[in-house]
Amino acid sequence: MEKFVKLVDTAIPLSTENIDTDQIIPARFLKATDKKGFGDNVFRDWRFHKDGTVNQDFVLNDERFKGSILVAGDNFGCGSSREHAAWALVGYGFKVIVSSFFADIFKGNALNNGLLPVQVSEEYLKSLLNLIQTNPKTRVTIDLENQFISSEIGKAAFEIDPYKKLCMINGYDDIDFLISKKEKITAFEAENY
Amino acid sequence: MRKTLFDKVWDAHVVDTIENGPQILYIDKHLIHEVTSPQAFAELEERNIPIARPDKIVATADHNTPTINQHLPIKDELSRKQLEQLTANCEKNNITLYGLGHENNGIVHVIAPELGITQPGMTMVCGDSHTSTHGAFGTIAFGIGTSQVAQVFASQCLLLRKPKKMRVNVNGKLNKGVLPKDVILYIISKLGTNSGTGYFCEYAGNVFEEMSMEGRMTVCNMSIEMGARGGMIAPDETTFEYVNGKEFAPKGDDFDEKVAYWKTLVTDNDAVFDKEYSFDAIDIKPMLTYGTNPGMGINVTENIPSENSESFEKSLNYMNFKKGESLIDKQINYVFIGSCTNSRIEDFRVAANYIQGKQKAQNVNAWLVPGSQKVAKQIQEEGLQTIFESAGFELREPGCSACLAMNDDKIPEGEYCVSTSNRNFEGRQGQGARTILASPLMAAATAVEGKIIDITKNLN
Ligand code: SF4
Repeated sequence: MEKFVKLVDTAIPLSTENIDTDQIIPARFLKATDKKGFGDNVFRDWRFHKDGTVNQDFVLNDERFKGSILVAGDNFGCGSSREHAAWALVGYGFKVIVSSFFADIFKGNALNNGLLPVQVSEEYLKSLLNLIQTNPKTRVTIDLENQFISSEIGKAAFEIDPYKKLCMINGYDDIDFLISKKEKITAFEAENY
Repeated sequence: MRKTLFDKVWDAHVVDTIENGPQILYIDKHLIHEVTSPQAFAELEERNIPIARPDKIVATADHNTPTINQHLPIKDELSRKQLEQLTANCEKNNITLYGLGHENNGIVHVIAPELGITQPGMTMVCGDSHTSTHGAFGTIAFGIGTSQVAQVFASQCLLLRKPKKMRVNVNGKLNKGVLPKDVILYIISKLGTNSGTGYFCEYAGNVFEEMSMEGRMTVCNMSIEMGARGGMIAPDETTFEYVNGKEFAPKGDDFDEKVAYWKTLVTDNDAVFDKEYSFDAIDIKPMLTYGTNPGMGINVTENIPSENSESFEKSLNYMNFKKGESLIDKQINYVFIGSCTNSRIEDFRVAANYIQGKQKAQNVNAWLVPGSQKVAKQIQEEGLQTIFESAGFELREPGCSACLAMNDDKIPEGEYCVSTSNRNFEGRQGQGARTILASPLMAAATAVEGKIIDITKNLN
């Protein structure tokens, strides 16, 4: 996993609410057996028309908007537990998703893949979406170490599980940690089973 | 402190607590299927980590599998590859696999309970959000992502923070024609799709106590649709009776000993929940969804509400419905009875009971997809197959099928499908398909009429 401490970048505004994992990566793309390549199909049915032509109206196809920060409407990532959604977003190049609410499993999956979910208030989200829409060159700062997001509209703190924060900053994951606890786990098994 | 059912099961599985951090939770059973496991196997292999407890893993093939001609090689190359990969991974790692054609094969959340793999007081996970189904047994069961599948492979544990606890009480007498599916669709329509986020939900009250295990599974299955990690119902005599005698259930003295423990798995009288809701059974009527999330539900006699928001309008637009209109008399050309929500024998009994002596409407394609080989066999043995076939329904072979349309069972673009599955998201049942979630009874009635009807009138 890549380390994440601080990021300053432009952002892409996607104000739709309740974006579910089927929209992030439609089920028909889940047949791959490795993690690569999902980025090509992120938001597939929004980015492309059915005949395969590019949907110019969709924000990811809008030349004005670029960046590794996705600012999305409320309740992002609801739906299935498929981690493919996180891989697709990471594969496309996103490092941060900002929203006023994240679905549980999605949040966990994102963090496990070095994608930082930043939860802000509904008001902050609204103003941020506005700001980016009016000025696509807006730079947004995500400071994980000090747990805040800042832009022209001001600064807002965000929460993150301290353990997950440590993992993100150091670029290590749960598997490394769990394996280091092998002895305790074996002792638990011996005692309880 | 007084404990809830959830506390009791959770606390019994905590290996260690990290200061200021998550807990290490021991996992009793790990279910896997072809879609969310290959990357986890690959990850362990790349990092040269062995699978810790292959004996605690059970695999099935369900998501990609065809529902006709299962004995023939799978045509879709990618699906075939994914299934071959699963077989190879299981063989290499000594994992039990109930592959296509095996008598124990079926949808992961249907087979584990019917084989007695699911037992009260366990912790169970699967790379699949509807793992919440198993909570019907008083089990902590929840869906995990593929990274977590890899964690469980590597350590038989997960790093987690204990979720908060909520309780939903439903008391009273259910109206005629109201099935467990209606109860959960009603709850979600009242509480919304993220009311449960961060919570584990316990369902309590006489309505759940009087439900069969299959009904309880339908309810717990959809816990995830209100955002909860899982749902639970305290185990009782109904549970013990269901588990008793199942292939992998404890036997003899071992069983009695287990039952004595399972009986302790009830929420203490004065235990506290972080939030609690109560509903009256009498208010619940047969439900339908009209939008593109499971919270957008109304009872069959209600009209679609009028809400002014972009998402709401987008959703109605997708469904081609108007604010304020009724769904009654809408022509429906597709009906799907299946999925881990409603593909157990009781669901087919309900459908058959209604269908008997009637005919499917001309305009309707009606697919019945059993949740498992065992259910398929029961359908045949109980003579339901004859009822379905003579009424013009198409009985297929087990699998996830049109629930997520990863195989060939897709609803064509623009068509409505009254479906007993759990998700009505855009494109869930095929690109441009429009899903209306309902109970098996509503689905059967729709298939017979070729349109949506007010079933309550027929029953009285
Ligand atoms: S039936 Fe549907 S919801 Fe259930 S496991 Fe299969 S795809 Fe998932």
